Amino acid sequence: MSSAASIQRKTVDITALLVAPGVCLVLLLFLYPFLYGFVLSFSAHEGAGLRNYVKFFSTPFLSQTIATTLWISFPATVVNIGLALPIAFATRRHRLQRLLTAILVVPITLGTVLIAEGLLLYLGPQGWLNRFLLVTHLSTLPVHLTHNYWGVFLSLVVSGFPFAYLLLLSYLTGIDPVLPQAAATLGASPWRQFIHIYLPLLVPGLAIAFCLSFVQAFSVFPSAVLLGAPAGPTRVISIAAYQAAFEDYDYPMASAIAMIMAGVQLLVVVLILAIRLLFYRGPTVGAKG
Amino acid sequence: MRDAGLTAKLWAGSIWVVIGFFIVNVFGLIAAVVVNSFATRWLGTWLPAGFTLQWYGSAWSEFQLDSVLIVTVEVVFAVVAISLLVGVPAAYALARRDFRFKRAILLLFVLPLLVPPMTYGIPLATVLYRLHLAGTIVGVILANLVPAVPFVVLVVTPFVEQIDPRLEAAARVFGAGTFRLFVHVLVPLLTPGILAAGLLVLVRTIAMFELTFLTAGPDSQTLVVALYYSVFAAGIRAGQSVDAMAVIYMATTLVWLLIALRFVNPSQLVTRVKE
Repeated sequence: MSSAASIQRKTVDITALLVAPGVCLVLLLFLYPFLYGFVLSFSAHEGAGLRNYVKFFSTPFLSQTIATTLWISFPATVVNIGLALPIAFATRRHRLQRLLTAILVVPITLGTVLIAEGLLLYLGPQGWLNRFLLVTHLSTLPVHLTHNYWGVFLSLVVSGFPFAYLLLLSYLTGIDPVLPQAAATLGASPWRQFIHIYLPLLVPGLAIAFCLSFVQAFSVFPSAVLLGAPAGPTRVISIAAYQAAFEDYDYPMASAIAMIMAGVQLLVVVLILAIRLLFYRGPTVGAKG
Repeated sequence: MRDAGLTAKLWAGSIWVVIGFFIVNVFGLIAAVVVNSFATRWLGTWLPAGFTLQWYGSAWSEFQLDSVLIVTVEVVFAVVAISLLVGVPAAYALARRDFRFKRAILLLFVLPLLVPPMTYGIPLATVLYRLHLAGTIVGVILANLVPAVPFVVLVVTPFVEQIDPRLEAAARVFGAGTFRLFVHVLVPLLTPGILAAGLLVLVRTIAMFELTFLTAGPDSQTLVVALYYSVFAAGIRAGQSVDAMAVIYMATTLVWLLIALRFVNPSQLVTRVKE
């Protein structure tokens, strides 16, 4: 690097400067708005300081949104990761794996708005699911799965499970197959290979996949409005932030809610990463031997 | 030993049952939208009473889909073009050079992909409103660039790393400047990476709801935002009409997804977090 760099001294600066437009763009459109929002959140229509935050935490209608959102997003994340881990493990070298990933990428690509509209029809009182349950006598009355908690929860599974699966699959395929093969040579069953080899090596990936899935689920918006009960049981924190900004035009309050949203997400991520530190850290490839 | 074999079979079987159950339901929700968009009347039966194409015509005029589609195409192609123009050189610099704050810059490029759009979208929309850019197509494009540029950088960087640096050295020996190096050596060699990044940004931008929703005005809605508003106002229009628009949206997205899948691995559509 150093000899090549010294020969090309004249052009080094120009080449390195190619990163500048991208950096400027992210600074101006991502970091600056965030800092602007942070500063703005401490101003208010009347008075200043922590007023917006005090108002948020002293108004149950606002502060409850944190618990409401956690109550939807946390179980959804646990279900998504809990399903994705064994399925990614079982299909990691399967011949149908590429087809499966291609199918699972469809709900991610279609996005939450379309999933919400589809689930409204599919899970609704006249939908195919209820029709199936009634015809097979699995249920005697139509099951209410839309315009309540379950609609939002299921939409988070439909979009979140494929996301978690694809993430975990890329981590699993990154584990050197030599390690479990060594364990197998010593007589470890697939189950023991999983517990003693894969799982410890997968903890970092699992932690990151959990964090990303959770953060996505915590910022749920379109399905909470369309498929949930946005006035009550699924009034998530994004709805509160959106209403403050675009219905009350109270940008300082909206910024404060956005900061609280980011704060809760950061808190959970830090918590997960702290738990992850209790486990094995090290290379996921075998040493030469 | 036989027991172990049996439990393994049961386990593998139950895994595929869960996968099948998930796919059947996803297929069901998509098919429900498609069937309803062609339905004349659909109440209390497995399938509609009859089929018609009329909802596509009415959706087209009711939701002014011609102007929505024009906006969508403008936004998506502007975002793809700008993010490639800005992102590919940045990826090249990051792959080839060491400079101060490089780690900080990498973190800066990763953050917009990890923080959910709803979280940074509200402060971003506030700033764009102050600048009178929100509500315009320029504001929508700027907002969509925030995740697009870092995405291009992270997708293209490994492609640059695969190129033999001696090719660039040879071009330099023959007197090519950075610009000519890019046009005659790097861009041709990087075509697979640029194509992959461009297609992925395209698919992600068509489906990007939150940022467009927060920054768009009535004349700068993309297809997915128009779809949201029509579902939100369900009851004003016929459900079939809304679903006809949903099918148009779905077709737009899936065609590009199919093209993209020929060039990229599906898992690349998800955030890249390989260290």
